[in-house]
Amino acid sequence: MSSDAQTSILEVCGITKQFPGVLALNDVSLSLGEGEIVAVLGENGAGKSTLMKILAGVQGADSGVMKLEGREVSIRSVEDALNHGISLIHQELNLADNLDVGANIFLGREPRRLGGLIDKSKICQDAGQFLEQVGLAVDPNTLVSELTIGHQQMVEIAKALSVDARVLIMDEPTSSLSQKEADQLFVVIKELAKKGVSIVYISHRLGEVEALADRVVVLRDGENAGELGRDEINHDNMVKLMVGRDVSQFYPHEPHEAGEVILSVSNLVTPAHPSETINFSLRRGEIVGVSGLVGAGRTEMLQTLFGVTPALSGEISIDSKAWHIRTPIDAIEAGLALVPEDRKQQGLILDMAIRENMSLATLLRDQKKGFLNHSKEREISKKMVGDLNVKTPSDEQIVRLLSGGNQQKVVLGKWLAQEPKVLLLDEPTRGIDVGAKAEIYALMEALAKTGVGILFVSSEMEEILGMSDRALVMHEGRLTGELQRAELSEEAVMRLATGQTKEAA
Amino acid sequence: MKKIFGILGILIFVVVATIVLSDGIFLRPFNLENLIRRTALFGIISIGVGFVIITGGIDLSIGSVVCLVGCGLPWLLTVQGWPLPAALGAAVLVSLLIGLIHGLLITKLKLQPFVVTLCGLLMYRGLTRGFTGDQTQGFGQDYKGIRSLATAEIPLPFVEGFGIPAPCIFLIVVAVIAGIFLNQTIYGRYLLALGRNEEAARYSGINTDRMVILAYVICSLTAGLGGVLFVMDVNSAQPVDFGNFYELYAIAAAVLGGCSLRGGQGTIVGVVIGAALMQVLRNMITLVDAIPTHIEYAVIGLVILGGVMADELVKRIAGRRVASK
Repeated sequence: MSSDAQTSILEVCGITKQFPGVLALNDVSLSLGEGEIVAVLGENGAGKSTLMKILAGVQGADSGVMKLEGREVSIRSVEDALNHGISLIHQELNLADNLDVGANIFLGREPRRLGGLIDKSKICQDAGQFLEQVGLAVDPNTLVSELTIGHQQMVEIAKALSVDARVLIMDEPTSSLSQKEADQLFVVIKELAKKGVSIVYISHRLGEVEALADRVVVLRDGENAGELGRDEINHDNMVKLMVGRDVSQFYPHEPHEAGEVILSVSNLVTPAHPSETINFSLRRGEIVGVSGLVGAGRTEMLQTLFGVTPALSGEISIDSKAWHIRTPIDAIEAGLALVPEDRKQQGLILDMAIRENMSLATLLRDQKKGFLNHSKEREISKKMVGDLNVKTPSDEQIVRLLSGGNQQKVVLGKWLAQEPKVLLLDEPTRGIDVGAKAEIYALMEALAKTGVGILFVSSEMEEILGMSDRALVMHEGRLTGELQRAELSEEAVMRLATGQTKEAA
Repeated sequence: MKKIFGILGILIFVVVATIVLSDGIFLRPFNLENLIRRTALFGIISIGVGFVIITGGIDLSIGSVVCLVGCGLPWLLTVQGWPLPAALGAAVLVSLLIGLIHGLLITKLKLQPFVVTLCGLLMYRGLTRGFTGDQTQGFGQDYKGIRSLATAEIPLPFVEGFGIPAPCIFLIVVAVIAGIFLNQTIYGRYLLALGRNEEAARYSGINTDRMVILAYVICSLTAGLGGVLFVMDVNSAQPVDFGNFYELYAIAAAVLGGCSLRGGQGTIVGVVIGAALMQVLRNMITLVDAIPTHIEYAVIGLVILGGVMADELVKRIAGRRVASK
């Protein structure tokens, strides 16, 4: 390993990026040695993605300097970045799956024959060479749609190599891979590093960062929070830098006195995974986390419980009463509330005032024969803004102008006004700052104490480990297991998330 | 509110300009009465389409509904010999059914509002020309009593030779009910919310389909009411062109009055002012000799475009000010 490499191939310093209402990056620096694997860590909303987009020319920085091999360069577009040998592999794969592997690798840069026609045989030959480098033994004429996600990932890397990438930025490359596919990817990454390609690696999985990275750079709320050298990389150090304090303080978890069963789900079949049945129960005052890889069917399960995509079959009972939930209206009547994954699209009317958003779900309950109950509406809105500490000059403020954390508090406020029996949360802290996160965790604790049952889906391992009394793990639409708090560990969750059983090694 | 001041300003400007350029003909009682009557009639159908636009939809069938009901009513009375209450009942029922079918197709079958109502535009006019045999329909010398709903003038005390045209009463009633519905009931709030973000509204427990259907029903009902009043007013409706382009006047009035075709925005007062502006513009083109009558559409198109552009520019400047704060 060349972790002590003195030749810095890429160096950025003083990068600042302002979005309306949010300072996404503030004076951030990052350096990268030749053949070095640097992991960039940070919670959701810490600014990792923005930094990567700036490196790859997807977005421009407001200020800051970028140096390549000591020379200052300006990167204004993806094309500039590619010309400098910097290539970004997105979390969501960017392949045209109706085309074959070779065509994807050379998309937009197809070798031509006389007359301008595409030289297919040259594509085939050259593609084969890059595929070999990433250890993928498929025919370049295979359609991308016929490959597994893991193999598609390899095609992405081959594509990056084909433009002679010296810096490869990988944004959560394992978020939808099985363990085996991920292991294969790590081998390829290490091979590439040995050949002198520098890697910027972004992941939420601290276990794989520990195994892979030469150095760890941590961002928090858009600023450099610190670095860890090879010898300092361990789970506790990384988490401490990410959240800015000891984990035990950040997650205010106390064991809950779980009451009687409040939500019981049996043989539930969701439209997304019609061949699987889901069974579980949730008690009063219990906080249950739902973990799994991207696409494991967690969001779909919550949406089915809430009647957005009604169940094909199965029973849902709340407070020992069976409910037939076909629409969100039924779900609300049954005492459910859902804070959805996509806050801006599903949670909020961005161009309406805080007051109007807060009251949206309770208008029906508080109506006066169809007319708006203005005084009640104002009362609820004021109370929620106060209770949840929404930072705003007034509750007449348009929601679009609030920060992510405050927007999420408005969604929560809307549902708390409804006084639900069961609160369903889908990625409740995605894209919000550390301070607001801590407030939302505290709120979950407080709600659990009042007897509300809380079921939350999260892709952040730390959140699952830190907040759950019990965790459910899903894999391809199936509940693969349940872990009590004492059994909770990253390894145990990942085993179930990749479809293995609890005990298997 | 600021939005209304903008359009009100334009209206006053055009009125003053017309008074000056027309040598005062504009202010003659006959012209004013006529202008107010047209404004009231178009105001009613504009309010209806305003509801649809607030949901983020569009209704292109308004002119053809005006034609269907406007030709159908005298046809039922004079050709078919129906009694008046039955014919009026049929007019209401047909309008309601049309709105209901539009709404169901748009929400349940997820067809695009533009396509559904475009087909409506073609079908209702074709249907009307079919059952009337393309013959001009009217009340002849009968039904003077009921026709006075559209033709009468309500005399004002101390003012000679000028009265408030009766359709104005209808406009006021429709506007007041619509205003209360939109701003004071939970359903009005639902419409504004789903117009901005239908998905979030659905996630908040709002029956968005039902509200969208309601908006199309309101729109067709006001178009039907408009059709009845229009035909009572002119007493002669040719199926081939009665109500032609009215949907465009209505949509233009709603847009000028602050409704965004993206949905979620609009006020009833704004729509009425927008309808008034449209009619004053048409009146100006007729009265001012310097403007050839044939270019009416060009002038109206230009004014609408200018209004919408000004609105967008103002919004951007305001947005920049917010961002820089």
